[in-house]
Amino acid sequence: MSSVSTFVKPVSPQHQATGVQGRRKTFEKLIQAFLFVCAGISVATTVCIVVVLLVESVQFFFEVSIVEFLTGTKWTPLLKPQHFGILPLLCGTMLVAVGSAVVSIPVGLGTAIYLSEYAPPRLREVIKPVVEVLAGIPSVVYGYFAVVTISPMIRTVFPSAGPFNAASACIVVGIMTLPMIISLSEDALRAVPRSLRQGAYALGATKYDVTTQVVVPAAMSGIVASFLLAISRAVGETMAVTLAAGATPKATLNPLESIQTMTAYIIQISQGDTPAGTLEHRTIFAVGLTLFIVTLMINLLAQWFLSQVREKYE
Amino acid sequence: MSAKTIDIPDSTSVKPEPLTGDQVMDVGDQTIEIDDPTFTQAPVVDRPNTVGASENTVTRIRTRDLSVFYGEVQALKNISLSVPQHRVTALIGPSGCGKSTFLRCLNRMNDMVDGVRIAGNVWLDDQDVYDTGTDVVELRKRVGMVFQKSNPFPKSIFDNVAYGPRLSGIRNRSELHQIVEHSLKRSALWNEVKERLSDSALQLSGGQQQRLCIARALATDPEILLMDEPASALDPASTARIENLIFELRDRYTIVIVTHNMQQAARVSDRTAFFYEGRMIEDGPTKQLFTTPAEKQTEDYITGRFG
Ligand SMILES: Nc1ncnc2c1ncn2[C@@H]1O[C@H](COP(=O)(O)OP(=O)(O)OP(=O)(O)O)[C@@H](O)[C@H]1O
Ligand SMILES: [Mg+2]
Repeated sequence: MSSVSTFVKPVSPQHQATGVQGRRKTFEKLIQAFLFVCAGISVATTVCIVVVLLVESVQFFFEVSIVEFLTGTKWTPLLKPQHFGILPLLCGTMLVAVGSAVVSIPVGLGTAIYLSEYAPPRLREVIKPVVEVLAGIPSVVYGYFAVVTISPMIRTVFPSAGPFNAASACIVVGIMTLPMIISLSEDALRAVPRSLRQGAYALGATKYDVTTQVVVPAAMSGIVASFLLAISRAVGETMAVTLAAGATPKATLNPLESIQTMTAYIIQISQGDTPAGTLEHRTIFAVGLTLFIVTLMINLLAQWFLSQVREKYE
Repeated sequence: MSAKTIDIPDSTSVKPEPLTGDQVMDVGDQTIEIDDPTFTQAPVVDRPNTVGASENTVTRIRTRDLSVFYGEVQALKNISLSVPQHRVTALIGPSGCGKSTFLRCLNRMNDMVDGVRIAGNVWLDDQDVYDTGTDVVELRKRVGMVFQKSNPFPKSIFDNVAYGPRLSGIRNRSELHQIVEHSLKRSALWNEVKERLSDSALQLSGGQQQRLCIARALATDPEILLMDEPASALDPASTARIENLIFELRDRYTIVIVTHNMQQAARVSDRTAFFYEGRMIEDGPTKQLFTTPAEKQTEDYITGRFG
């Protein structure tokens, strides 16, 4: 690690001053060491988590083949006969991710465009804090909001829906991820130089033309990054989904049914009485690793899109 | 020091081919004559085209007592200026004197500035530009603009130039291609980009981007072209090409150009207006303004004593 080498770099003789100067040097060194430890903690934690996930997962895969894990369509680790196919959980997670995106992307992008291009400054100053409050609501509150409010509404429209259903989870996670889309997309839209808008107006473009043909395309990579981060958040969302969507691992695309996501499954096992060290218990590490890989990929993709934004106007 | 120290080059040395000397220099006394009293004084809304021009020169844009305030700061003070058809009008003056502000008033680009207030009148032909009934979108299609800082869209070279025509509803690919080629040729960029029209415009050099912006403005085929220092980022060769372009466009368009380069103003323009601290100190035929300026401030400026 390069930071280590700078840290232990030998002090050259002429720098070895005495007295006040020496104490100042020592102080600087201490500060540097302290900050290095701070930075090291997060790196070390990440490494530890990945190692634990990998070790436990490898043990899991000694007993269950990766092929069965990735292609099996039944997930019944606690029932006989046991099945360890992740697809139902993956499907549940994807259903919530996509469903929430259907809610959050249009509403979020619409809000961002409104705030950046259309809203009068005063209104903007009202809407922005409200959106930030949305981001501050604990996810468990969203969860029971889904159960006591959204789900009954869905059931009045679609009587066939169960009390726990994917649709309510999709809607509530969509609302939860709105602030992320709104603030990141708005930043991207606002970063588009004024001069570009003026260039288009000077050619006889209307506000709608300027917004749709110049501003949004110019901000596209930032907007896409905000979508991806919101989806990544939806994939990792646990509390609200566990409450709203139920606990029925099912490879279905029907949002009115109860499903189970990867995160909800992990909660279920962690809180249940499955003894640690058993195969049943190790499933959560395999599921956790899968979840980790999925979100990592989405985040990397989002980072790539964000780097495109930075390149554009330099 | 005399104002005559400014060097007005022989037009033939600038533009060798189709231009004859008297075409450039005919600005003096015979073409535009704005001594007509009805012209600068009373509001002549009812017949703005018929005055101010002798022979076949018509006034296209006219401002009267135009003032612009940015918040509390007054950037323009009672500007009354006429822009004759098929002529090049140059605006000169030190930095911050309001040249760009004036230009932006003519196609209402100032509307978008927060806290701006505009007083006075601007007419395009007999249309009151600041009338509430004026269609700003239509106005801007007729009055094109090249900005001081080049601002190509982060799109392909082709899409940049085709942007205006597409706004006007042209969808036909070959027609668009024709317009793009024609516009790029006029802005002296075609040879450099014809092989890579689908590349991003942001890959072009600063000077190429500026010529692209000129092509983009030409592609909408405006009647009037406002150019804010179009050659400030260009090398001498490209500058010469832009100046040639201005000569050519002069026959079909009406051009208002802001420039910091006095030689350039002298070379390309028929009339020149000198701005100083938000006021228009004087305007007149270019040759006259550069050789026998009426005002001391003008003389000081063009001889390089300040600014
Ligand atoms: N958007 C704005 N908000 C506030 N003040 C402005 C704005 N635009 C211009 N000004 C002010 O108005 C005055 C005139 O500016 P303008 O850009 O018209 O000058 P200019 O003659 O074009 O200068 P330059 O030759 O440097 O381009 C300046 O004092 C400037 O600070
Ligand atoms: Mg300017």
